[in-house]
Amino acid sequence: METTEGMTTAQLIGQDPGWIIAAKGLIVFAVCILLTLMSVWGERRIVAVMQMRIGPNRVGKFGLLQALADGVKLALKEDLIPKAADRIVFVIAPIISVTACFMSFAVIPFTGKVNFFGHETAMQLTDIPVGVLYVLSIASVGVYGIVLAGWSSGSTYPLLGGLRSSAQVISYEVAMGLSLVAVFIYAGSMSTSDIVAAQDKWWYSVVLFPSFVIYAISMVGETNRAPFDLAEAEGELVGGFHTEYSSLKFALFFLAEYVNIIAVSALATTLFLGGYRAFPGLGFTESWLGGWFTLFWFAIKVLGFFFVFVWLRGTLPRLRYDQFMKFGWKVLIPVSLAWILVVATLRTLSLEGAPQSVVVAFTGGIVLIVLAVSSLFDRARDKNEIAARDIGEVSEPSFPVPALPATKARLEDHV
Amino acid sequence: MIRLSLEIGQTQKPEAILFYILAPLAVLASLGMLVVKKAVHSALLLAWVMITLAIFYIALDAAFLGIVQIVVYTGAVMMLFLFILMLVGVDAPDSLTENIKGHRVVAIVAALGFGGLLISLIGRATLNHVAVGLAMANESGNVQGLASLIFTQYVFPFEVVSALLITAALGAMVLAHSQKSAGARLSQRALSSARFRGDSLANAAGLPSSGVFARHNAVDVPALLPDGTPAKNSISGVLSARGDIQDPTQYALGSLPKVDDESGDQ
Repeated sequence: METTEGMTTAQLIGQDPGWIIAAKGLIVFAVCILLTLMSVWGERRIVAVMQMRIGPNRVGKFGLLQALADGVKLALKEDLIPKAADRIVFVIAPIISVTACFMSFAVIPFTGKVNFFGHETAMQLTDIPVGVLYVLSIASVGVYGIVLAGWSSGSTYPLLGGLRSSAQVISYEVAMGLSLVAVFIYAGSMSTSDIVAAQDKWWYSVVLFPSFVIYAISMVGETNRAPFDLAEAEGELVGGFHTEYSSLKFALFFLAEYVNIIAVSALATTLFLGGYRAFPGLGFTESWLGGWFTLFWFAIKVLGFFFVFVWLRGTLPRLRYDQFMKFGWKVLIPVSLAWILVVATLRTLSLEGAPQSVVVAFTGGIVLIVLAVSSLFDRARDKNEIAARDIGEVSEPSFPVPALPATKARLEDHV
Repeated sequence: MIRLSLEIGQTQKPEAILFYILAPLAVLASLGMLVVKKAVHSALLLAWVMITLAIFYIALDAAFLGIVQIVVYTGAVMMLFLFILMLVGVDAPDSLTENIKGHRVVAIVAALGFGGLLISLIGRATLNHVAVGLAMANESGNVQGLASLIFTQYVFPFEVVSALLITAALGAMVLAHSQKSAGARLSQRALSSARFRGDSLANAAGLPSSGVFARHNAVDVPALLPDGTPAKNSISGVLSARGDIQDPTQYALGSLPKVDDESGDQ
């Protein structure tokens, strides 16, 4: 066998024979399905603990098979298509949703270099030079599933839910895309494997902390999860875009939601938490089990993100729609843009070999400006607060008071 | 002598298979786009054509172009189309009457002009040119090659195009913007302070709910105040404007319940 020393992941994967590619595709699919089943169970158990309940514990050990049982039950239910629905689009919509979210796993690197049945490869289906953009583009196709589901149901609540959800996903996709720009600038590449390789010293969640925060917020908005689950707000829209769906078609939407969560978590892991790399100081573990141990690190990080998703759901109330959109457009996007300017300048300075003093002065200047702006903002807010608290003269309240049934005479009047 | 710079070589087998599967589908979809009745179906077929084009771009080693085609056209432009179609109405049939005078003539002239422009552009790009080849164009990477061209040689056209797009977006926003009166949408904070700082604190804890307790709780029956008069503000403004209000006194007790007098308590 020829040596694979010093090859990039792209070259390594490029050597794969057809059967390995097929096997990888199958594994990715199977892992996604399995993770969905497990994460539904995990979410219910974790939320139960947070709400001081027990959660599902009947089907299988610890209730582990609960999600499977629910899935079977869902599949056996009657499959309704409303009379007013547009039949073709109504059927296509969940398929688009679920296909799109599976596709984004194609570029995620699950492990480093491993031995796969006697063949040196990496557990990544494909490595294209624009891998991260590919994930974004797949996400934007996935929105079609939601919009079309809402429209084709031929009913008001789903239509409103679908429109809401697509407006939300599109808005937060902008913030998400902008937060990734800083990563591209630092890694000098848009390929997922290159970005992981570029994080061998420092994770980008440390170096590019603001980007990480923006990505983490927008990924919750992007997946329509609490506290940003306005698209399926039960109190206002019944179930949102999937109100009219039942049986397997509903199950597909359900599956898509959870696979999507895992997908954005996997992308966050890849871009900001060093992907399959071990935690700092544990780098020696990366060669354990012939490299397969890296899969463990990857899984730990992804499940960590998943836990945060559940934690958010168990903790935060839902945002109001206008506040949510305002936050996306007026806070996240401008902050991302300013941050990209800073990162680009710093990167250029260091690449052009500017003296240390210039870099330090620039960074200091930025910090000062941020502090000044935030303190001015705080002062203005405090002033408003004081002005708002100033109640001034308030007249004595008047209430409609009943006649007091105190005297005999009054009582007798009524009798 | 005119030389075609297109390298007409042997297509690789997987690419040929991809082409022969997707190309007929793309052609069918674009024909369908013109034929189908519902506007949303038409938009969907167009989205499909865009995605097939993107796959062709990627197969031709223009990965960046293909992905951007999906993100920008399928994900953003087409989605806005869908938005508008859905907001206009689920079943709104296309009107085939000409609303604007001379619409058809202008459209035909514009289409011809655009076609001419395209032909001249493609002609200038392909005729009498020697292609440097994909290997050389992608020498430093597909994205890097594009970036260095866009941001050095073609930076001015690039900026002009982006200014044009921003102007269009701003224009659309200005045209669609409607000035709302200041009181049209009060914030939660304003509403809350108005409740506590008005002349009366009577409604500070919320408006009374409709209905006469234990006797009739319909939304069109005003609540009775302790002194026996109906509480007008317990009824939705829409109902009172329509006059759909029942007389609550019919549900009032005929008499106050018997209460022991003070002397009896002790």
